[in-house]
Amino acid sequence: MAGRSSAWDIYRQAMPVIFISLIAGLFAGTVLGSETMRNGIESVPGILVLLPAFLATRGGVYGSLGARISSGLHQGIIEPRFTFDKRLSNAVIASFINGMVVSIFIAVVAFVVVGLLGRGGNLIELVGIMAIAGFLSAILMLTVLVSVVFIGYRKGIDPDNLVGPIVTTLGDVFGVIFLLIAIYVVGLVV
Amino acid sequence: MTDIDAGENLTGMSDSLSEIYDDLLEGDEEPEPETLLDRLDEEWSIRRMVVTMVPLLVALSVLQMVSGSVLESFEDVLLETPSLLILVPVQIGTAGNLGSIMCSRLSTQLHLGTFELSIDNHDVQSNSLAVLGLGFTVFTLVGVAAWAIGQALGGTLTLVEVMTISLISGMLLSVFVVVVSLLAVYGSFKLGYNPDDTTIPVVTNVCDITGVLILFAVVAIVL
Repeated sequence: MAGRSSAWDIYRQAMPVIFISLIAGLFAGTVLGSETMRNGIESVPGILVLLPAFLATRGGVYGSLGARISSGLHQGIIEPRFTFDKRLSNAVIASFINGMVVSIFIAVVAFVVVGLLGRGGNLIELVGIMAIAGFLSAILMLTVLVSVVFIGYRKGIDPDNLVGPIVTTLGDVFGVIFLLIAIYVVGLVV
Repeated sequence: MTDIDAGENLTGMSDSLSEIYDDLLEGDEEPEPETLLDRLDEEWSIRRMVVTMVPLLVALSVLQMVSGSVLESFEDVLLETPSLLILVPVQIGTAGNLGSIMCSRLSTQLHLGTFELSIDNHDVQSNSLAVLGLGFTVFTLVGVAAWAIGQALGGTLTLVEVMTISLISGMLLSVFVVVVSLLAVYGSFKLGYNPDDTTIPVVTNVCDITGVLILFAVVAIVL
């Protein structure tokens, strides 16, 4: 019974998910701690300001898309097939718009915060970095999330149990990697 | 168990029977499915999904600027000591995960009627103990890993320093997660909200931000 689990039962049930997110966090942390990333952080004021918001919105945007697709599959209003479906494509387009709008918003707010902290900062540079990192994250997260949830559902795995770990793991690891790529690309132009 | 199932089946049957009767009597079922489908289409429209989510995400990212500012103000320390930079995403991720596990379990137990905000309550005890145990395991592993990776990346902190920072901040954070989750589930129940909808986003974000604050408070004291 759910109401009578011992602390040990809860510990054992939760450990796999916590462990996966721990490994993902260590990967993300290693990318963050790398020489290249530290140089990037040093040369672009504002990267550390926008980092927590950037990582947190991955969960907000793609976690809610995952939850929506799961509910849609359970309700039978979405088919787990890769054919054109109005509702599914709407949900994917909406998540893409949400992801991009929020990424650019984060760049603008981070610019204001860096200004208030008296560290200067370049608005165009920050917006460029967030636009590229947000775009790359959107493409990867949307593709992987929809594929894994569909394949899982067809194999009889409850998508509700898949979405959380996928979003946390991929969001953290690729969020930081794409941020690094975006800093590099914008650095070539600006 | 069987009593409840039988009851639900009977209700379901009588519901579907009355629907069939309604359809037979009216003979004209055009308006009903039209409006249902309309409502479904409206709920899955791009505009609707953007309009509901964007304000929430915008508010969330403004809130996250608190931890962003803390990170920025520790920039020099972070750039010198990669081990600390490694701890940041782990601290954020684990706090949110522990919070959502505790909240979803407590919400379920609230719905089942076995939750009570009291130290003697079995659910409160077992969930709190489990979260503290998970926190201890994770932050011990993280301490070792962050030290080792930090060494490889050219860091200078000793194993004892990294472990002290990871374990003290991790355990403080676990205690915080327990207290906030208990209060959030109890509070949302008292205010008449379903804790399933309200507690997880609130608690994960509060724990994310507090995770960074606690980490750097401990860093400031230890280093």
